[in-house]
Amino acid sequence: MSTISRDQVAHLAMLARIDLSETELDAMAGELAVILDAFAKVGELADVDVPGMSHPLPLTDVYRADTPAPGLTQEAALAAAPEAEDGRFAVPRILTED
Amino acid sequence: MVFTPDPSDLTRLPAADLAQLLTDRAVSSTELTRAHLEAITARDGAVHAYLHRNDEQALAEAAAVDAARAAGQDLPPLAGIPVAVKDVACTIGQPTTAGSRILQGWLPPYDATVVTRLRAARMPILGKTNMDEFAMGSSTEHSGYGPTGNPWDLARVPGGSGGGSAAALAAYLAPLAVGSDTGGSIRQPAAFTGTVGAKPTYGAVSRYGVIALASSLDQIGPCGRTVLDTALLHEVLAGHDPKDSTSIDAPVPPVVQAARRGDVAGLRVGVIRQLGGAGYQGGVRARFEEAVALLGRLGADIVEVDCPHLDYALGAYYLIMPSEASSNLARYDAMRYGLRVGPDGVPAPSAEQVSAASRGQGFGAEAKRRIILGTYALSSGYYDAFYGQAQKVRTLIARDFAAAFETVDVLVSPTAPTTAWERGAKTDDPLAMYLGDVATIPSNLAGLPGISVPIGLADEDAMPVGLQVLAPAMADDRCYNVAAAVERDLVAGWGGPLLDRIPTIATEA
Amino acid sequence: MTAAPHAVLADYADALAAYDPVLGLEVHVELSTRTKMFCACRTDFGAEPNTQVCPVCLGLPGALPVVNGAAVEAAIRIGLALNCEIAPWCRFARKNYFYPDMTKNFQTSQYDEPIAFGGHLDVEVPASEAGPAFGYRVAIERAHMEEDAGKLSHVGGSTGRIHGADYSLIDYNRAGIPLIEIVTKPLVGAGERAPEVARAYVAALRDLMRALGVSDARMEQGSMRCDVNLSLRARSGDDRVGEAQLAVPFGTRTETKNVNSLRSVEAACAHEIQRQAAVLTSGGVVTQETRHWHEDTGVTTAGRPKSDADDYRYFPEPDLVPIAPSPERVEELRATLPEPPAQRLRRLQADWGFADLEMRDVLGSGALDLIDATVTAGASPAAGKKWWVGELSRRANADGVELAEMPITPAQVAELDALLRAGRLNDTMAKQVLDGVLAGEGGPTAVADARGLQLVSDDGALRDAVQAVIARNPDVAAKIQAGKVQASGALIGQVMKEMQGRADAAKVRTLLLESLGVAAQG
Repeated sequence: MSTISRDQVAHLAMLARIDLSETELDAMAGELAVILDAFAKVGELADVDVPGMSHPLPLTDVYRADTPAPGLTQEAALAAAPEAEDGRFAVPRILTED
Repeated sequence: MVFTPDPSDLTRLPAADLAQLLTDRAVSSTELTRAHLEAITARDGAVHAYLHRNDEQALAEAAAVDAARAAGQDLPPLAGIPVAVKDVACTIGQPTTAGSRILQGWLPPYDATVVTRLRAARMPILGKTNMDEFAMGSSTEHSGYGPTGNPWDLARVPGGSGGGSAAALAAYLAPLAVGSDTGGSIRQPAAFTGTVGAKPTYGAVSRYGVIALASSLDQIGPCGRTVLDTALLHEVLAGHDPKDSTSIDAPVPPVVQAARRGDVAGLRVGVIRQLGGAGYQGGVRARFEEAVALLGRLGADIVEVDCPHLDYALGAYYLIMPSEASSNLARYDAMRYGLRVGPDGVPAPSAEQVSAASRGQGFGAEAKRRIILGTYALSSGYYDAFYGQAQKVRTLIARDFAAAFETVDVLVSPTAPTTAWERGAKTDDPLAMYLGDVATIPSNLAGLPGISVPIGLADEDAMPVGLQVLAPAMADDRCYNVAAAVERDLVAGWGGPLLDRIPTIATEA
Repeated sequence: MTAAPHAVLADYADALAAYDPVLGLEVHVELSTRTKMFCACRTDFGAEPNTQVCPVCLGLPGALPVVNGAAVEAAIRIGLALNCEIAPWCRFARKNYFYPDMTKNFQTSQYDEPIAFGGHLDVEVPASEAGPAFGYRVAIERAHMEEDAGKLSHVGGSTGRIHGADYSLIDYNRAGIPLIEIVTKPLVGAGERAPEVARAYVAALRDLMRALGVSDARMEQGSMRCDVNLSLRARSGDDRVGEAQLAVPFGTRTETKNVNSLRSVEAACAHEIQRQAAVLTSGGVVTQETRHWHEDTGVTTAGRPKSDADDYRYFPEPDLVPIAPSPERVEELRATLPEPPAQRLRRLQADWGFADLEMRDVLGSGALDLIDATVTAGASPAAGKKWWVGELSRRANADGVELAEMPITPAQVAELDALLRAGRLNDTMAKQVLDGVLAGEGGPTAVADARGLQLVSDDGALRDAVQAVIARNPDVAAKIQAGKVQASGALIGQVMKEMQGRADAAKVRTLLLESLGVAAQG
């Protein structure tokens, strides 16, 4: 039986930067547990030794030449910005240091 | 016999016929486009297939095409035929929301490659159609802008995530539509609305400019009311794109030719044992069995095929897709575009708080669920058990299909286990919703092409049922060939397309 | 939140007596390709903000990456030059975390499948107060490709830094520029010379990047960045590379960022040794954390703790396909590598005829490439060494800049030397010309002309001056003629003054003694 606790959901919501209300947190833990339970089935094949497939295509080595091409103007780049100043995107104060 | 088109009939003709009328100058693109815009005004209030209408631009393009034609210029085959576009593809000059409030009103500064191809094909774009938010859903009930009705019964869902495009076709609000399919989002709505929808081979159609859900599963595809129409649009959309690294550099398979042929004599058809048994609605099974029998009568060899790992497909899909989606949707953080709000009652919120509040408000419940699920599946400590394991299952499924295609040319199944359900019936039970994707998901995992073609109505609810045809990678033409054969025979038997039986949608005054 | 400027530090020697430092260096090299890693935007330095951006590097909905083939080639060449194995098959991976300078809130990087791994770089650590020069083999763990983030500037607050800022502004011109991250294995056995090893390695890496032509590797401009990882473990006897010492488990390490120059690399390393030793000897525990180096105060301070821990949720990048360079292609690229530094060193030493000690001086001054270029421009090796290791090194140290940053080119040094050899200038004038070149007045010949610096070559004029001085100093002249040749010094000085310094002193002496009829001795 897969269980996922409310605290775990809260931690995941923090990692995913999504505010969840108390009601949402309550509901989500239950919903996810049911879903995960159903999909734990894939674990039945854990012993099978096959490579993982991240891609249906066998393509490799797709490249682009190192030649510049025009992009967006500053105006176009900033057109949808919630806030901009001096040609830059303006964002609220950042707490975490990189 | 002289065909005198009545303006109100223009919206009922297949695109192939419209193309002929335009070439013959029996009708102008302006008339055609205007007829559709008027239909949208009359009926879309009830259906809600469209999120945005593009009247000015569409009519301008229509007029330009008419002028070019009058001047004797050579024009592409579908020039002047209007098309609807699922709101998942970026369109300059029209908002692109992916059905989400987080992108409300967002005007892209660039066109998706498929949109560029539509413009190069001189097809006026009627507008953007409704969808489940970020393509996460099977009913279009998870759209941030309200649901779409199924034109067969407006109280029922049209399917999803591309319910808008399918409903637009079924309600005669567009002759052609572009959709996207990650787990069945083109094919299942096609089945639910009695229309045709195809998911091309993964990589056959460019994903550049199409808002991503799950990068290794998403494909853009054509939707129409007939197999030939769908094939015609397929040839406009498909082709290599250097801007998409996963794009296939090979000629487009001859889908139009195949759609015109519709000949299954001697074809080996495999019925997938794992798709279509108990758990599938009685009326769906009945129509499916009849369709299979039909193929036999038309000369195909029918065998049952065993793909044992398909039982694990749903699990693998609902681990891989949310994982990729959780990462693809991280960019919606209120910093560069999209909804920006702060948390209630916080005077000078930080960037982190603003991102979390904006995402909390802008994303709907299903999107949040899948993002959290995906974040979990990728977390350290869980990667091997969930995402990593799902990737292995994917390999096994691909191998099952590869083995099957050594003995058969195409595989068939019902497109979905049920017909369209009543709105609200499954929204409280996400798992029940996910189970509806069981037939379409495996081909997304394996990257194979698939098509859904209408094969009748279910007895119990008089709702449409679809046949799904799958083929090996880059053999999309086989799908169209089989679908065309089935369509030709059934339509002849019915005395007209299935859609002729659709109830009339009340027009608005 | 900054620590007090005076951190508690153990005495360096004490620290090294009690503990054994283990060093790790992560260097990010910004490639000098014309376009970004995943899109065709320009990478020019100094452009107006957000004018070198496109849907891809801005992370707009629907955008997709396409790999820059030149960046992959550069990565392979770097790997080969570091004696690494090149992966026959590898992929990009997404490193997922939220930060406003990253447009997708994931960085497309490489995780467990780097393009190059398992190499080494032999570096020459110059002699210092701590001991003689020695060689050290830096083991390389891996080199992989990734993309750079945008540039943040913080508004409001008192320091212009992130702490206390009111809001921030972002320029994404830099977002998406190709980076190669080079990670060493833990470096052991360097003991008290560890900071110098760190510096020598980073300098060698810089020289290598420039020799390969893949980056201008300028730390002060940010095209090469260094993070210093350091931990201390207990000493076990005298032998730092003995089995007993190597068996002692590593201590807790810290990562220090914002190390923006070679000097800082060495200083930050030494500082962390002293700081951690003080913590340990007082019975404390070293916190595993990221620290920030402050060039001005010479200390590291703790950064804010990261709240996401390190759960980057890596998975293979689904929008890109694997990289699988053929063995043939790798060999083709190997053939484009410049001569390995050790081999070049031996060749140059033989060509120049320098003794080992002289070569060490050359390397210690960072003058190898400069002398090489100066010799190519026509000067003698000795002259090259004299100018670069002598006068210019002295001036560079006094000004606190790198030798290579001095505003004079090897070609100009060769030109200056040529003027000396041709008798156009004497040593004093040459130094004045040097002043002019360094001040930006132009090339050596132009400066000499502008300042009117020209040795008088006309013997006639010199003889006249000599005669005039002799005439004015009959007593001294007599002394010289009587045998007191040393007295000629004063007269030579007067002639020089008369010639306004524009005479070759040796020549003046010869003419003077000739005029006086005295044999010029030694």
